[in-house]
Order: sequence, then C-alpha cells, then structure tokens
Amino acid sequence: MKGLTNDIVKEWLDEVKDPEIPVLSLNDLGVITGIDIDHQGKVTVDMTPTFTGCPAMDVMKQDVLDVLEKRGVSDYDVNISFKTQWNSNMISEKGRKALKDFGLAPPPQHDMIVDIDIIERANCPHCGSENTEMKTPFGPTLCRSMHYCHSCLQAFEQFKPI
Amino acid sequence: MNQEAIKDLLYKMADDQLILGHRNSEWTGFGPLLEEDIAFSSMAQDKVGQSWQLYKILNELGESDPDIVAFMRNADQFHNSQFVELPNGEYDFSLIRHFLFDTAELIRFQMLSESSFEPLANLAKKIKGETKYHSMHAKIWIKQLGSATEESISRLQGSLDEAMPYAFGLFEVSKFEQELIDTGIFAGEEALKALWKNATTEVISETRLTLPDMESITPVFGGRYGSHTEHLQPLLDEMSEVFKVDPTADW
Repeated sequence: MKGLTNDIVKEWLDEVKDPEIPVLSLNDLGVITGIDIDHQGKVTVDMTPTFTGCPAMDVMKQDVLDVLEKRGVSDYDVNISFKTQWNSNMISEKGRKALKDFGLAPPPQHDMIVDIDIIERANCPHCGSENTEMKTPFGPTLCRSMHYCHSCLQAFEQFKPI
Repeated sequence: MNQEAIKDLLYKMADDQLILGHRNSEWTGFGPLLEEDIAFSSMAQDKVGQSWQLYKILNELGESDPDIVAFMRNADQFHNSQFVELPNGEYDFSLIRHFLFDTAELIRFQMLSESSFEPLANLAKKIKGETKYHSMHAKIWIKQLGSATEESISRLQGSLDEAMPYAFGLFEVSKFEQELIDTGIFAGEEALKALWKNATTEVISETRLTLPDMESITPVFGGRYGSHTEHLQPLLDEMSEVFKVDPTADW
C-alpha cells in the first residue's frame, strides 16, 4: 500500500478497543508492542497479552486483523508474543483517564515491585478519596481487584498494578 | 541445547499448572465466602492460561497442539507432582496447598526469568508478576487463620502436616537436572527448595503454626515420571469430557 507508515497503522488501531473495557484502545492499553512495514508493503503488528490467561487476547487479535483488512491491507501478520512483557505502567495517560471515566481506578505507577501496599493504594474513581480499602485482589476479570470507598460508601474496581 | 531436557522441564511445570488450575476451579461456586470463590476461580484461570502458554512452547519444540496435549493423555503420561492432584479436601487443605505450592511457584518463575532459554525466560517474566498475587493471597490467609482461633489453627496444622511430604515432592529432580543447571536453563530443584524453605518458614513463624521437622520428611516422589495417585485419572476424565465428546467444540 503506497505511502503507508507506522503512524498511520497506529492511528487505525485506535479504533480497536479492549473487549472487556470498551473505552480503552489497544494503543492506550499498551499491548501493541511493534508495527513494521517491510519494503513490499507487508504489515506486521506485534502484540503482548496483559495477562497470560487473558481470554480477550484472541478477540483483540481478530479485531486487529479485521481493521487491517478493512483498510485494504492485503498482506499482513499479527503476532502475539512475550518478547516484550506487558506491565500496567504501559497504560498511557489517555488510557488512565479513560479507565477513571469508565469507573475503574487506574493502576498505581510502580517500580516493577508490586506488593500489598501498592495494590491497596487505590483512589476512588467516583469521588477521588484516598480513604479506601481493598476487599480482594481478585475481581470479575483477571485484571481487576475490588475495593470499597469509605468516603462515598461505594464499591469500586481497580485495574490491577502488575 | 538439549531439547529433551527443556521439554522435561516444561512438561512438569505445565502439568502442575493445569492440574492445580483445575483443582482451583472446583472451588467455583463453593468458596467459603464470595471473595474466596472469586480468588480461587481467578487463580484457576491464571494457571490454566499459563499452562497453555507452556504447552505452546512445547508445541514450538515439536510436541502436539496444546489442547491435544492437555486433553488426550492418560494419568501415567502426566508429569505433575502428586501434590497438585490431591482432592481439594476442606478449605484448610486447599489453603495450605495454595500457600506451599504458590510460594514455590513464585520463586521458580523468578529463577526462570533468568533462564538461558529465551522463550521460557520471556514467559517467566510475565508469569512471576501474576503469581505474585497468588502468593500474596495465600500469605494473607495463612497469617490470618494461622493465628486466629483454636479451630482454625488446629485445622491448618493438620493440613500442613499432611501436605508437607507431598510439597517436598514438587522438588523431585529431573533426569536431566545437571544438564539444565550447567546450561543455565534452570538453577535446579535443590536451589529452589532451599529458597522455598526460607520463604515458608518466614511466614509460618509469624503464626501459631509449627512447621514439621524438615529434615525428617520423606518426600512423595514419582509424579514427575508418571506415577500418580488414584485421584488423577478421574480428574482428567472430567476435564476432558467436552473435548472427547466434540474435539471441535468452541465457545
């Protein structure tokens, strides 16, 4: 495809959302780890799972394939690998805001050592309070933990730091 | 690099994850409280997903498709430790097994993140982050219930005494052990066991539980090379029921 650049492909991928968090694009989630266009125009997209057992990964891959197809790319490849390992610091600022607006507390930034005090440190996405309590580090999907806000008296979920 | 040695290592880890993942899933709908029901179900999903990725590496080394490997073998072809196939029992036994196994697993994948076999090192870097949550969950409950009431303490103590010989079976050495160590693929079961002893001792020392004398324990070996209890085959029969009725079933 003539004039195709990595930036254009990246922009296309903005329309692919996390199927479990439909406000968050794969770009903002940080799971797109590489885009390559070779001299013959073949487009290769590399992705990495958020969680090893994430059942949404196949759906995401298919959605990327569909977007490339829809945009008229005929030669393409989408690889899922662990060469780059995803961590929650890879969620973009825009992605963090989208999570919060969706009602999910964004994961606290960490220095790659996730411990109990980091997981417990969730700000309520509804009222912003720090007076919250972790109820369980496991939630309705692998990437969420459950918390309670003592200020606005509501339960909420956090995208887990990992 | 000796592929047989790598396969031996991958199979035992993948089978441990799959079988314990299945046992964890048996708590779905039966947890003593909702949060625990969700916790064991989530850990099941993690472990089965991790086993799939380990089988995927095996697949790239020439073994069959992950689903075939998971669903079409009989008990004597499995390499999991006997520890993970034991029935869930009461919640105290499941909790003790969760603690002993996941403490070892976290250290194992931390060690493997340095492996000279790159596909495994990459996956281990991912898995160790997920397993941190499992290990943390176990620690919180052991500390809490290990110092709570007479009943919780005596129940956990009974399960700890029962589980320990099986837990030691996790560290059954591979017939390729020295080669795995020499080639930097895995630092070895003995090294892992030493770190695991320290980690478990540290947590237990903060409770009113007593660790059995580690030196006098006779480990239950055999699982790594196909010797299993009568509990494994019924588990496999149940796990593979849908696949055997319709191998193309999808959802």
